[in-house]
Amino acid sequence: MEIAFYLAALVAIVATFRVITHTNAVHALLYLIISLMAVAVVFYSLGAPFAAALEVIVYAGAIMVLFVFVVMMLNLGSQTAHQERSWLVPRIWIGPSIMAAILLAVLVFSFWHGGGLGTISGEELSAKEVGTQMFGPYLLAVELAAMLLLAALIAASHIGRNDEPQLERDMNEAVQRAPAGNDEGGQA
Amino acid sequence: MNWMSTDVLLAIVAGVLKAIVILLAAVLSGAFLTVIERRLLGLWQDRYGPNRVGIFGSAQLIADMIKIFFKEDWIPPFADRKLFVLAPAIAFASLLLSFLIIPITPTWGVADLNIGILFFFAMAGINVYAVLFGGYASANKYALIGAMRASAQTLSYEVFMGLSLMGIVVMTGSFNMRDIVNGQEGLWYIVPQFFGFLTFLIAGVAVTHRAPFDQPEAEQEIADGYHVEYSSMKFGMFFIGEYVGIVLVSALLTTLFLGGWHGPLLPPIVWFLLKTSFFVMLFILTRAALPRPRYDRVMQFGWKFCLPLTLINLLVTGVVVLLTA
Repeated sequence: MEIAFYLAALVAIVATFRVITHTNAVHALLYLIISLMAVAVVFYSLGAPFAAALEVIVYAGAIMVLFVFVVMMLNLGSQTAHQERSWLVPRIWIGPSIMAAILLAVLVFSFWHGGGLGTISGEELSAKEVGTQMFGPYLLAVELAAMLLLAALIAASHIGRNDEPQLERDMNEAVQRAPAGNDEGGQA
Repeated sequence: MNWMSTDVLLAIVAGVLKAIVILLAAVLSGAFLTVIERRLLGLWQDRYGPNRVGIFGSAQLIADMIKIFFKEDWIPPFADRKLFVLAPAIAFASLLLSFLIIPITPTWGVADLNIGILFFFAMAGINVYAVLFGGYASANKYALIGAMRASAQTLSYEVFMGLSLMGIVVMTGSFNMRDIVNGQEGLWYIVPQFFGFLTFLIAGVAVTHRAPFDQPEAEQEIADGYHVEYSSMKFGMFFIGEYVGIVLVSALLTTLFLGGWHGPLLPPIVWFLLKTSFFVMLFILTRAALPRPRYDRVMQFGWKFCLPLTLINLLVTGVVVLLTA
């Protein structure tokens, strides 16, 4: 299980790095999907198959589809790839990278000496146990999240509201645009 | 545990062999279905269908295979090459991987996962990308429209596909497929979960893009949808993938609602195959009988009828289970 954890973690890091550096938006999203699946394997190796399955179903299978959907519709060509390349120059990323590297060094150092490392046993936590925890001690958080999502759903359906279905409106417009004498002409 | 003991090694070899047999059976039944479907459609629509090659057209599959292998494997110059090649592989592999969770007989089956059904949902979620990437990478307007329709349809139907099975999960108390089959020893779940069965059947047809939910590939309106630019074996993988999907959904319907291998007299494997082929026939008959509805009506049907139905079904199941427990 430990090998699986480290391999999946490596894949996740490399894939996420490619998400940032890739110039083609759709390919970058593909790497993001791979990264999410690698995180799912990480969850699995830590003994949480339920969380792993949800990670793939919800993030890789639903949310990322919407991302790809939108990027597909934008029809980004080679022009945007060029633009991306011109934005990603060392002058811009080198400063934040050095500072993040320092933070990473501190973190690794403290883990190394502080002994915060646990072992990966791969002990399995079943879906039922997750459920009893969610609807036991964490009930309030679940309910709050549900309310937040409901509010978002209502807002989205209000914004997307159409008094008249799109297709019927198009048809009505087409009928109005058509010359009035056309039908009789056809019959005669 | 001693890794190298002969018992463990034998168990590993037996497990791998079983997995390979199941894989080959799934792929071959998918391939044979391409011919069987055309013959059956011919029968039901009062015409012949392909009956020239071999006895009663039995060698038609070989002829088709030779033809599809020797076609030019053409990638359009304007296509996004990497995604174009990746898409059919996802289409084929994601559905094939789902056979992992199906318990065929008490002793046969690839993996006995705790998360069971959830694994199928995950693979069905990944399967959307095949259509999406195929349509995008083709850089063709018909392919793009097809991909849009397909992904919107699949997303909408996956929402209540998950919910339609939750009634079963509540009754069994487990996601594990073997537990679900064992829970049906007295009464098949098709009786107490009839609405769950109906909605899962509809969602299954929609997820495999079969008629009457074949909006994404409607020939008359958008040429052939997302795989219009594909040729040779890449198209073949999309094509066989669709039939593998039919076999998969039929096998899932069998295990989830018709009691899997349970049945009197005959051995378990025969019952499983009989029930699965019954659903495969149902898929083909549906295609022969029903016209294709309009796209927006398909979406409305999913969101405004099936989703509330599954929610009510889950609620009632929960109440009944709580009261009888």
